[in-house]
Parts: sequence; C-alpha cells; structure tokens
Amino acid sequence: MATRAVEVVYRGIFQRTLARNIVRNIVFAARKDGKIGTAFGRYSDSPERNGIPAKQFAVVSDTALELEESLAVYEATAVDVTINLDDAMCKGIESWAWYGLQPINELTKPGGTLIVTSRQDAPSLLEDIHQKDSSYGLAIIPSTVSFSGLWVYKDDHTDMRVLGAICKVCPDLVSLKAMLVSIEEQTGNEAKVSSAQRAFDRTTSRPVEPGEGNTETPFSFDMPGWKTMEEGVVIRALPQGGGFRGGDEGYQPGRSEVFKKWSTRSMRPVINFDTCIKCTLCWLQCPDTCFDITPDGLYDANMESCCGCGVCEAVCPVPDCITMVGEAEFNDNNSQWDAWTADKDSYNKWMIPLVEKQKSEVRTHGFHHVGGYDEEINAEED
Amino acid sequence: MATVQTKLYEKESEELISGSEAIGIACALADVDVITAYPIRPYDTVMQYVSRLKADGAFDFDYIIAESEHSQFEIVKHASAVGARTFTGSSGVGWFYAFEAITVTAGLRMPVVAMVGNRALDDPGAFGVEHNDALAVRDLGWHLYWVATAQEALDMALIAYKVAEDPRVLLPFALSCDGSFLTHSQAIVQVPSRDQVEKFLPPYKRGKLQLHPDNPITVAPQVNEDWLMEIRKQTDEAMRRTPEVIKEAYEEFREIFGRGDPSPFIEEYMCEDAEIIVVGMGTLAMPTRVAIRRMREAGKKVGFLRVKFFRPFPAEELQKALGNAKGVAVIDRDYSYGSPSYGGVLFHELRSTMYPMDKRPVMLNFIAGLGGREVMVGDIEQIVETTQTAIDTGKIEQETTWVSVRE
Repeated sequence: MATRAVEVVYRGIFQRTLARNIVRNIVFAARKDGKIGTAFGRYSDSPERNGIPAKQFAVVSDTALELEESLAVYEATAVDVTINLDDAMCKGIESWAWYGLQPINELTKPGGTLIVTSRQDAPSLLEDIHQKDSSYGLAIIPSTVSFSGLWVYKDDHTDMRVLGAICKVCPDLVSLKAMLVSIEEQTGNEAKVSSAQRAFDRTTSRPVEPGEGNTETPFSFDMPGWKTMEEGVVIRALPQGGGFRGGDEGYQPGRSEVFKKWSTRSMRPVINFDTCIKCTLCWLQCPDTCFDITPDGLYDANMESCCGCGVCEAVCPVPDCITMVGEAEFNDNNSQWDAWTADKDSYNKWMIPLVEKQKSEVRTHGFHHVGGYDEEINAEED
Repeated sequence: MATVQTKLYEKESEELISGSEAIGIACALADVDVITAYPIRPYDTVMQYVSRLKADGAFDFDYIIAESEHSQFEIVKHASAVGARTFTGSSGVGWFYAFEAITVTAGLRMPVVAMVGNRALDDPGAFGVEHNDALAVRDLGWHLYWVATAQEALDMALIAYKVAEDPRVLLPFALSCDGSFLTHSQAIVQVPSRDQVEKFLPPYKRGKLQLHPDNPITVAPQVNEDWLMEIRKQTDEAMRRTPEVIKEAYEEFREIFGRGDPSPFIEEYMCEDAEIIVVGMGTLAMPTRVAIRRMREAGKKVGFLRVKFFRPFPAEELQKALGNAKGVAVIDRDYSYGSPSYGGVLFHELRSTMYPMDKRPVMLNFIAGLGGREVMVGDIEQIVETTQTAIDTGKIEQETTWVSVRE
C-alpha cells in the first residue's frame, strides 16, 4: 500500500487554522514528491464549536487510483499518524456529533505514531491515553497548547514543528526535502523552514507496547434502530431528579445516561468547600446544571455534566472558592466533595497549591499557558 | 461591468481546493457580475470563498448578501434580466425557501447559474447530503447536473454558463454538489487560465430580451388561460434544444481544456460487457468504482453508470447504455414517499426510461446514504448480489431496499 493517512485532532475554531495548515502542507509537500493527496475536515464536526474536539485529515497516495481506493471510505478508519494539538485530549475525543469517548489513538495503525504537543512526559501522557492491542510510537513536541493562526494569537510555528516531526516518524508520507521546499514556497519564510528542520532533528518516537496506557474502557453506547426509536423526532425530557445520590437530603438533577462529558472541557472547577458561603450562584448560573447539592448544603460539581465554561468561577463572590484548573491535572471524573468529606486535610493540601499555581498563569478561552510564547521560545533556545 | 483585476489565473495552475472553492474560482474565471448569498451549510463554503477573492482584490463583482434565500434568488433573476452574468446558490431548506423565485427564474428564461450544496431537508436538523433538495426543480425548466469531483465542479460551472446563456436555450442551470464529500474536501484541481476561459466562454448577451432603457420591454405580465400553454411550450422547446447545445459546448470544452468524459450526460465505468450495472449520481461514484474494480477482479461482470445530467434527462443515452444489461441496480440518495414502488426519484425516472425497450433489464432500487451516511464498498457489493439473485431466480422479492438502515 502506498497510501498514507494523517489525522489532526484539535480544538474546534481555536486550532482550526493550525490544523488546516498542517493537512494542506502535507498535501502540498507530497506533490513535490510526485504524489497526490487530499485534505478534509470531519464534516460532522462542523460548524465547529469553540474548543470542542474536531478532526482534519490528509491522505496521500502514489497514484490517483490508489487515492480513490483509500477514499472509498471517506472518513479514515485507520491512520499512520495521529496528531494531537492539545494534550488534554489524550483522555479521549468527544465530538459534538456525539460518538461517546473515542480514544485519541483509536485510529492509529499498528506501528503508527501518535504525535502530541505537550509539556508532559510520556509516562504522564500514558496515564490518560487508552491502551491498545498493538504497539505504536509516541512522539512529543515540547509545547503548550497553541492557538497559532487564530486571529490575534502569535504564529509560534507549531504547524511547522508538527510538519517536521511527521517527516521523521513517517518518512513514507513525504520526504523532509519536499516538505522544506513546500514550506519555503507556501510561506516564503526561512524561519519556518528551520523550525520544521529543527523539529525533524529533535523528534524521537518512544514505543508504546500493547496494553500500555490507561486501562479504562472508554464510554460508548448503542444507537437505536427505526423500529425502536420514538416517532415524531421526539426526545423525552429527563426526570426532574431527587435527593443527593438517591438519598432524602440535598438535590441532584436527573441526568442523561448517555450524554456525558469528558474531554469536551479544557478546564474544570476546583472548589474550596471550607470557604463556600452557600450563596447558590454557581448552582443557579451553571448552564449544564452540573452542580449537585450535598446533604450539608454545599455544591459539588459533577464532572459528567461539566463542559468547563467557567461561569461558576465568574459568578462566585468568594475569592478563590471556585477556580478553573487545566484538565491536564486530572485523570478521573471523581467527586471533589467525596474527597473533601473523606479527608479534609489531604484535600486542602492538594487543592490550595493547585489554585495558587493557576492564579499565576496566563489564561485564555479556558486554556492555560496560551500566549506564553516567551517561555516556550526560551526553552527552544536552550 | 465587473472585471478581474489581479494577476490571478493568468496561467494555468494547480490548486488544493474543495468543490465549493472550485466553483468560486469558476465564477472569477467567468467574470460573473453579480453574486447573491445567504448563509446555509454546506453551500456557504462557496460564499466564504468568493468573499475572500473579493477582499483580496482577485475578483471584482457586485456581492449582495440578501436577507433571505428568497431575495437572494429574486435579485439574480432581475440582474440576469438586465444582462448581468449571475451566480447564486443554497442548500436544503434554504433552497426551498427561495422556491417562488426559483420557479420564475426558469419561467422568464433567465440563465442564472446556481449551486445546490445538497443537504438533507430539516427537520430534524441535519447537514449531510440528500438529493431531494435539488431534485425539487426537476419539473421547472432548470438544467440539473450532479457533480462528482472538485475538478468537475470547476469545469461544469464554466460549461453551465455557456449552455444556459446560449440564445437557443436561456434556461437556468443548477449544479448539484454533495454536501461534505464534495463541498468540504480539498482535492488537487487544475485551474485554467483566463485566456483559455475567454476563448471558451463568450460574454452574456441577452439581445432584445435585455431589460434596458434603450430596449423598453415589460417582463412577466399577468397571463391566464389564453396564453400560458404557449409560454410553457416555448420553455419545453428550449429544454428540447438544450441537449444539442450541451454536446457542442462540451466538445468545445474538451478541445480547449483537454479534459472530460466522452459524454456530457453520463459516465460509463466498465459498462461495456456488464451484466449488472449500478446507477447513481454524484460522489457516490468513488466507493462504487472501487467496489466495481474489486468485483471485476473476482470475475464478476459489473459496471457503474453515473447519471450526470438529471435535466435534461439523457433517456436515449441511458437506453443505449443499460439496454444490454441483465440487471440494473439504481441507488437513490433521495426518497419519494408514497411513490409507485415506494422508491427513489432517480429509479422511477430510469424505469420509465426503460419501459419502451423490447428487452427490459431487471430493475431494483436501493435507498442509501441519506443524510450523509457513507455508502461503503461492502454496501455496493451487497446491492450487486441482491440484483444477481433477482436475475437468477427471475423473481423480484422487493423492489426497493433500504441499505444500512438500523432496524
């Protein structure tokens, strides 16, 4: 088979241009190698929603006939390289066209490579990345979440670094020489060419063995057929809900058994239960009714409902009582109230430094670090 | 009148573009004067692209964002009446909202070219492709063409102007483009130079039908039973003349640009000795061709026929191409509730086409890919197998089969 496919997993809208630059440049570079290719986005992702995981693909073949063979299935079922532009999505991909939680490496072929832009190391990422039956490679491009290409955000060459790394991990896709010539032609920018070259030189791929990684079974569900679906395009309302965790006290709204949230959000609220004044504002304002009222009248954010919008943090009148924290810090959807109730001291020992750390960081659209290019460039120069 | 001012398209070039973008470039190459727009997916991708061409100074035209699809189509109709070359388009229910204007455009013989980015008809909200939106113009006097690739989108947009504006025809032209598969995937497209296009496409001249102070006329007075049949007959005659005009334009295009299938009306793929021929429209061609190749490798005599022009419907070509087959499997990416065999629109047209034949093939209908669901190679193989069974047993168990629908 002389067809190679690449998918780019990115945050909708915020990283759209970045993803587009990557897939288009792959096809342009492949032309330089005398190949033919196509680039497209997953239609069910669009119109994209801010921050909601989305995908674009590049498929490259030696001949038009081979390209047609591979495009007989429009949305690739297996790719040679998966690129993840936000390491929080190593936990899985939740599209707004809801397919459950798709592991980040679901389409990565045996022997393929997953490239992640991240400040985390491989063991830390593999706590999130679901295990596979076959081995593949994991390559990390040291970088924070990049919004390069989005309006006022600086061009930090993330696209070029990814392109250089692809040439290293999948030399059959496109040669480095063709890639550099193509970048030069498309951008006319020598610095971009050298960014790609440098990424090529530095990228290493670490083998991931079968069974290595997150052992959890990702959430999935069955779709009903026409004989079992209700007629009239009707969706039944959820039941109103009742006491906290089925008890008599507190309150918990009815929630969908199917539609849950994981990697949709890029941050989540962390609550200081000791300073909460029970004003109800977070509970009232949350657009996803994600707060459960505990028997002691506190508000516990349910992570299967939270989309990470940050409204609760914005409306909370108590300083640092609710703080939005980047998803990279978490590996589960567990209840914070449970942890706090079980052991208040340990909870506070975990929570207070975490909140302090977040306060010192530049933040945009829920993404920590974005705009922190100085730090990144300095690190590059080291 | 608008002119293309920049250096773009001075030479032939190669671009990585979607089907929508290819049509946007065709508008620039055809030096379209007036484009009207109102956003709806997936057609809006062409809107975005022409805005960019205009903002970049690459393509100068009057760009009118209407307050609705109805006005969008009314405006181009009027612009066409005064002699402006026009482009517009829509998708799904947006196309339906414009329907009053769409109807009169053909009735008044305005050679508007429109793109229909095929989309399922809401509700429930769905962005994926279904052909029912475009098919709704089939009885109105519009040309209706189904595009399969981005290259074909560009080429046919140029041919569309040539045919629609021909004084023998003067009928509008709808380019039907499968949402997502065509409108949103980027392929390598050969973009011709402006010189080539100028050689091919003469300016739009409405002659004595042009609404102009120097040529005082009234367009579209009230007519009732005394006049309407004659007017309908005129439109009918124009539609009957158009196949010849299409053939001429297509031949000329092939000569100048060196591209295109042998026939403008249908594409035949491995049909010559085929016992079973699968028929479909649009981007369905890609998985079907792959399936045909695989079945041929396994020794099965199968072929694929893509209907390109739905209006005018190429009955003669189809009778010839399908006449020797034992079985014909028609795939509809549309549906007609309560129709004669509870089937699709294309199927009924084809069955009616084959009725006068002495030897009629077994004909089966398959409803597939509604709402943008992918039609897979395995689906096509199954379709052929079902058709083979009907041929072998001489019995049609079920005329219409829904493919890959969850029970």
